[in-house]
Amino acid sequence: MSRQSNEPAQGADSERMARLVENIARFVPHNRALGVRFVSLTAGRVTLALPYDEKLVGNPLTGVVHGGAITALLDAACGLAVLVKLGKPIPVATLDLRIDYLRPATPQKEVHACAECFRVTQNVAFVRCDAFHADGEKEFVAVANGTFILFRRQTRAGADEAP
Amino acid sequence: MSSTGDVVRAAKQTGNLSALVEAIPYFRFLGISVETVSGQLVGKMAYSDPLIGNASLPALHGGAIGALLESTAILQALWASETVVLPKIVTITIDFLRSARPVDTFAKGTFTKQGRRVVNVCVDAWQESRERPIARANAIFLVEIVDEIGER
Repeated sequence: MSRQSNEPAQGADSERMARLVENIARFVPHNRALGVRFVSLTAGRVTLALPYDEKLVGNPLTGVVHGGAITALLDAACGLAVLVKLGKPIPVATLDLRIDYLRPATPQKEVHACAECFRVTQNVAFVRCDAFHADGEKEFVAVANGTFILFRRQTRAGADEAP
Repeated sequence: MSSTGDVVRAAKQTGNLSALVEAIPYFRFLGISVETVSGQLVGKMAYSDPLIGNASLPALHGGAIGALLESTAILQALWASETVVLPKIVTITIDFLRSARPVDTFAKGTFTKQGRRVVNVCVDAWQESRERPIARANAIFLVEIVDEIGER
């Protein structure tokens, strides 16, 4: 791939990419079911939000959202960050995701996830992602590192770029 | 429910975790249930359209798989350790091994290590065959009562 496509898109390209990411985020059924919302695409970083919802509660005594919902939010943000880095919507799949839960999410508060793909190779993309409360002082809830496998199309006969 | 501890104690006595699982909204949202097969705990996530992450394949969302793995790990930690307080998850590392088809998914956890404060649980998720896991996770939980994981 060219080095140029590793740079964050600028101006109109950036706006077009933001709309693309927003549409993909909205189109995914599980994202819709969770209530995940696109927030922004800035300097290659994708931010999604998970609004607080009673149906996502993992501990009824405390009202804290289940870690699994945060996992889904982080995974979604990471996948979109890969597409942003590539500059086009090629199929990708999560290879591995490691999540450190720093503190329980505060009930009633929205959780934001900001993901950045910091390296792509021919086959693999490397991503990191922060989850935090965005209102008031930024309060980190979780951090994640993920790797994604890329399914690039064949470029010429017999030379499949996919693994 | 009076307290999680009461529900957990009752579940352990009767060998039935269903009441606990049904009391957790997120498990209802995902369609997660649990059964014990010859003393072993198996989590099940019934297929439903909202679990889809890739509509063109189609495949389940990685986050939903992660949630099933994490949930099964929590229940395993609760089930097999002395604690009656919901274990607090510290870290989970998920390997996605195969694309998850739009069918029911199962998961089973095993203890890697149980300490006084920390338990390590390894969980496998599968669909048609246990011999072909679709994902595997290692999860670390605090089972001691602490105020805030982040403050320690």
